[in-house]
Amino acid sequence: MATLKPVLVTRQVPASPRQRLYLVEVLIGLGVTAGHFFRNMGRWLSGGKGAVTYQWPEERRPLAPRLRSLHRLVRREDGSPRCVACMMCETVCPAHCIYIVAAEHPNPDIEKYPERFDIDLGKCVFCGYCVEACPEDAIRMDTGILEFSAYSRAGMIYSKEVLLGLEPAGADGLPTVQPPAAVIRRGFP
Amino acid sequence: MSALAVDLGIAVAKVGFVMGFVLNLGGLMTWVERKQSAVMQDRVGANRASIFGLRLIGLFHPLADAIKMLTKEDFIPARADRALFLAAPFVSVFFALAGFATIPFGDVLRVGGREISLQAVALNAGILYVFGMLSMGVYGVLLAGWASANNYALLGGQRAAALMISAEIAIGASIMGVCMVYGSLDLQEIARGQGAYWAGVIPKWGIFTQPLGLILFLTAGIASTKRIPFDFPEGESEIIGYFIEYSGMKFGMFMMADFVETVVIAGMTTALFLGGWQVPWLFADGFQFPGGLSVGLPHLVVVALQIGAFVLKVVLMCWFLMLVRWTLPRFRYDQAMRLGWLGLLPLAVLNIVVTAAVLLL
Ligand code: SF4
Ligand code: SF4
Repeated sequence: MATLKPVLVTRQVPASPRQRLYLVEVLIGLGVTAGHFFRNMGRWLSGGKGAVTYQWPEERRPLAPRLRSLHRLVRREDGSPRCVACMMCETVCPAHCIYIVAAEHPNPDIEKYPERFDIDLGKCVFCGYCVEACPEDAIRMDTGILEFSAYSRAGMIYSKEVLLGLEPAGADGLPTVQPPAAVIRRGFP
Repeated sequence: MSALAVDLGIAVAKVGFVMGFVLNLGGLMTWVERKQSAVMQDRVGANRASIFGLRLIGLFHPLADAIKMLTKEDFIPARADRALFLAAPFVSVFFALAGFATIPFGDVLRVGGREISLQAVALNAGILYVFGMLSMGVYGVLLAGWASANNYALLGGQRAAALMISAEIAIGASIMGVCMVYGSLDLQEIARGQGAYWAGVIPKWGIFTQPLGLILFLTAGIASTKRIPFDFPEGESEIIGYFIEYSGMKFGMFMMADFVETVVIAGMTTALFLGGWQVPWLFADGFQFPGGLSVGLPHLVVVALQIGAFVLKVVLMCWFLMLVRWTLPRFRYDQAMRLGWLGLLPLAVLNIVVTAAVLLL
């Protein structure tokens, strides 16, 4: 194995006489910022937007359609979860933050259903593996909801009921339902 | 009414005008600072303070600041020298405010046979007075550092004082040229002297007669206000300033002193280099343009135009000082010292020598 010798890289370019004089460069700099000032003032006075920043929460930056946001569970026609409690997502999840309790489904065509399905979003790394792994397309990350928080760790655990209540984001990428209020639960497994 | 009462009334009115102007502009500067920096940096800036949903482009922020500063805990360190600790912010603000007194905001106003010189205090050594007041600001800084019983504050005070002294000496030397050209130490006389013209076209403003003096004065003036690029007394996170132990409104007063000093420097620049209250080609009885065209104006209109011109120039200078403050990066301490003593001062002396030579020829 070849050893790498440290090399001292000098990036400092010697200052030109004009730069050493400082004053000219100062004036150029002032011109640049003053240019920004007048351009933005012009835009603003003519009713435009003289800023590149977004005024969150009133304004939201457009999100990529592929963005992975808060999870949701997809429902069947009758409203029951599409999930068959196969545990694939729980197994693949690198953060071990999905907890499923499987139960027998009354319908003999369906083998199992999740009695409980909790995601600890305080641990989730939003890798999307659960979505990829699911054979039933029962879990998705397309709600567009990014603003969810809680005052406790338990508050970051989202239950099956909450996840089933979420809807996909609209065509503009904005969430169509309010972010769920934190569900505080005790005695989590 | 006795003559004394009238004189007193006039004096109070003039002082009231100047105080109102400086304090309001200083207070407004807190808003200008946020908003202008935002516009310069493609941001939106202060716009969150609102009254019943009314935001008025952030104009309520100074009010919000005041409420916040008045309701904050007013902390005095246990081992601080209480009297000096309390006095320091007042000393700072007082000398900053008093500096504006001799700056003329108009020529003479003639009412009822009286000639009122439009400056709060008519002094024939006005420049020296402004200097005195600006230099006394050092005491506020030093007192704050000393009285806090905090070694970091003490060091911060020393830094600030060293900066202000090196800047003030350069200021003094840089405006000697102006005094020589207009032959007076009275700011009103200097403003009047700038009403002359070269070939009837170019006004003999300080900016044209003393360009080097203007640059030196502005540089040193910005340094004496302790603001960027010479703000090494402050810097909340990396440098510990002389006001480290101050909280609430007492801290606000130090901030206010900086803003008021900015206004004073803007006023000084206006009076010395931008023709003061002079409007180009406006004489006591109206406009006389170089082409021979002349427009007669009543006395009151002329005075109003002059005061308006002065206010406009001061506001423009404040804008420029803000532009500088939000453009340049901070100097290092040794760089600023070297600039003050080895750059500004020798250049200012050179400026005096050259001015003297030109005047003698
Ligand atoms: S996104 Fe990744 S970390 Fe989060 S629940 Fe799914 S698999 Fe686990
Ligand atoms: S992988 Fe899909 S079907 Fe299987 S347990 Fe997870 S959500 Fe349910």
